[in-house]
Amino acid sequence: METLITILSGVLVTVGTYLLLSKSILRVVLGTAIFSHAAHLLIITMGGLKTGNVPILGDEDVSAFVDPLPQALILTSIVISFAVTAVILTISYRAYQTLGTDNLEELRGSKYD
Amino acid sequence: MGTLNFIVLIPFLTALLIPLFYKKGSRLHIGLLPILVAVSLFIYLLTYIPDIANGKTFLHTISWIPSYGINFTTYLDGLSLIFALLITGIGTLVILYSIYYLSENEQLGHFYTYLMMFMGAMLGVVLSDNLMVLYVFWELTSISSFLLIAFWYQRKRSREGAQKSMLITMSGGFGMLVGFLMLYAITGTMNVREIIEIIPDLTGHVLFVPAMLLLLFGAFTKSAQFPFHIWLPDAMEAPTPVSAYLHSATMVKAGIYLVARFTPVFGGEGVWFWIVTGVGIFTLFWGSFQAVRQTDLKALLAYSTVSQLGMIMSMFGMGSVALNFGYSTESVFYTQATFAALFHLINHSTFKGALFMAVGIVDHEVGTRDIRRLGGLATFMPITFTISLIGSFSMAGLPPFNGFLSKEMFFQAAIDITTLGVFHVDTLGNLIPIVAWIASIFTFVYSMIIVFQTFLGPYKEERLERPANESPIGMLISPLILAGLVLIIFFFPNVLGNYIIRPAMASVFPSLATQVDLGVEILRWHGFNSLALWMTIGVVLIGIILYKFPKIWRWIYVLFPGEWSFNSLYNFAIEQGEKSSRRFTNSYMTGDLRNYLMYIFSFFILLIAGAFVLTGSYNFTISDNAMISTFEWIIVMSLMIAAISILFAKSRLTAILLNSVLGYGVALLFVIFRAPDLALTQTVVETVTTVLFLVAYYFLPEWQKEQGTRKANLTKLVVSIAVGATFTVVALAAQNNRLFERISTYFEDSYELAGGRNIVNTILSDFRGFDTMLEVVVLLIAGLGVYSIIKLKAGKRGKKIENQ
Repeated sequence: METLITILSGVLVTVGTYLLLSKSILRVVLGTAIFSHAAHLLIITMGGLKTGNVPILGDEDVSAFVDPLPQALILTSIVISFAVTAVILTISYRAYQTLGTDNLEELRGSKYD
Repeated sequence: MGTLNFIVLIPFLTALLIPLFYKKGSRLHIGLLPILVAVSLFIYLLTYIPDIANGKTFLHTISWIPSYGINFTTYLDGLSLIFALLITGIGTLVILYSIYYLSENEQLGHFYTYLMMFMGAMLGVVLSDNLMVLYVFWELTSISSFLLIAFWYQRKRSREGAQKSMLITMSGGFGMLVGFLMLYAITGTMNVREIIEIIPDLTGHVLFVPAMLLLLFGAFTKSAQFPFHIWLPDAMEAPTPVSAYLHSATMVKAGIYLVARFTPVFGGEGVWFWIVTGVGIFTLFWGSFQAVRQTDLKALLAYSTVSQLGMIMSMFGMGSVALNFGYSTESVFYTQATFAALFHLINHSTFKGALFMAVGIVDHEVGTRDIRRLGGLATFMPITFTISLIGSFSMAGLPPFNGFLSKEMFFQAAIDITTLGVFHVDTLGNLIPIVAWIASIFTFVYSMIIVFQTFLGPYKEERLERPANESPIGMLISPLILAGLVLIIFFFPNVLGNYIIRPAMASVFPSLATQVDLGVEILRWHGFNSLALWMTIGVVLIGIILYKFPKIWRWIYVLFPGEWSFNSLYNFAIEQGEKSSRRFTNSYMTGDLRNYLMYIFSFFILLIAGAFVLTGSYNFTISDNAMISTFEWIIVMSLMIAAISILFAKSRLTAILLNSVLGYGVALLFVIFRAPDLALTQTVVETVTTVLFLVAYYFLPEWQKEQGTRKANLTKLVVSIAVGATFTVVALAAQNNRLFERISTYFEDSYELAGGRNIVNTILSDFRGFDTMLEVVVLLIAGLGVYSIIKLKAGKRGKKIENQ
């Protein structure tokens, strides 16, 4: 399972990289979102998968839990990547509104700035 | 606490005070304050002469950065005293001259501030015993000289001259700093005194020769030695008092001082002898050769300064061989060259200072310095003529002026060096007196040009801006004093020799001076047996012929056209440097985000994959993997397919929806991986993100097909796959290289420790609550950011200002 999920994150990273290298801003934003999926999957995989129970202490006696630390890290990361995605999406919206283009090739600034 | 340290600091304090006292319209001239300071420093330094002449030295230390061995240590011995006296003495005369030379409308406050800064820095250079402090003052002289050259900053040529001198002397200074650090690495001390004591055992050190070369690089750039002499003629754009002070008497001698000061460290080595002597001799020749072709009097004097500095430098080189022998009668014989160098150093300051001031007077009175427009001024300006005559004849090496004495000693030293038994001087060494002799002929010719073409011949009134008149007496005082010194030194050279130069010899040859008196009796008359005398007679005869019949030999200059000079090389190098660096920067700073991402990804691949391959850290195993059910296979596969199809999406709606498929799929995986909180959050966040994308949907442009050449697309594909593959390989290897057990067993006591049963939540809010707090802050900032990006718009006013 771990190997499979790692390969899945690898595919996501490949797709994300390809999108980051494209011309339109929206693709770049999507690329960053996909990057964060890959990172989350990798973090949880690194803690080991399905090695125990849900990390909630119940009344019944359970001997093993899955690692709770990566979950806490990912939870933080999800929120942060959401915030960042929201901001860059707004920026690309504003850039398009003000400059009339979403093509990065045209967004390199004038020579005299 | 030493009074010596205050000698260095007082000019700086004065420089601070000058702007306070400087008010236009005040009745007292602002130059009075600096002149008082300079003259009192000079008199104070004079009181040291008896003690120094008796062999005493003075050392004072003020702690600065003791933990690094950097202290403001001043050391006064014979060598420092010569320079300190020159700096303050000529400084006094130059300030006096400048009071009459500069008009009241100039920014005199600036002028005297810079000048006092320079004087302090120069005193610091010659009095410092600590390498780092010496370097600090060295750079301060460069900076204040830069400010003084560009004193008339409205003129383009002034700024260019200042920039050039700055670039050259600063690069030399930087090289010198590296040399100093190497010396520190060799000896472990920053103090010149201690280095001189330790160094004889360490001459074999691997850094010894590099340190020497770098130090010489600094000295040669500062002292305008070939081929770094090019800044000096351009520095003539400075006001004449500055040229007289900095570029003839003091700053250009800082390099000489450095060579003299470090002779006990490096002297006696073949490399040192050959470089110092060779460069000096060639500079002597090249400077005098170039001086003859100049038509501007100040440029002529600049090249003559270059030439004379080369002469002094070469004599220090010749003298340094004495250290090679240890103590013997033979070694003392060679120290005479150094004696002559010190003697000529003083002589040059006197006559060159006088000449610069005289030229300044001519410029001031008739409005031009061009030799072709001057002539016949002797009847109008008899005193200036006399001063120029004395200065020039002394420079040419004629009796009864002090230049004659030092020139004779120079010839004698050059002849003596051919008998040297070390450093393979057999063949090349014979060239030294010959080159020296030829250079002296050129020196004679340009000295005659200064006097006779300026002051004799036809008077060309129509070519002058103002009719010639003798200048006010105030301006004449300083050059008269200097010209007087030229004569006095000729008639009483041994006073100077015994009281000033002899102690300086002890500083240059500390090991020899303890065993024998290095003083030399300066003879005005060597008798007809002396070869040096015949050389001088030859110089005069051939010089007169060359001066009288310029037509027969001036064609030489056609062979060396001005465009071939090092100046052109320097300009070319600067121009090409700017051009090529601009081209280089433009080649990779394209302004296109994709290019920069490409660099970043390429470096990621190169570094990570490269290191991975080099260390050979492949380690894959699937043995301890968890089992995969069919259901999980399906999810993972569909996620992969969804991800890849984003690349082929025809519309943005498809792309956005595929992205949410990814998000929900990840949420599903979290469920399978026993992470309920994650699954919950991921679902909610994915929903909100999708909504956001859809909200933006209407405001964003239509999804366009990525255009681009096949090659570009292929590069993108290769880079992306390489990044993904690197990522996967490293992650797989990391999984199989666990170094230690996980620490999460500690968190499993969350009920006892934190009172919560949900372990993830206790981690978030209790064990690692800081992360959560700051994550909330991130969310807050993002919210504010989104709000302000949408709401706030730059007004038209701001835009206009930006476009102005």
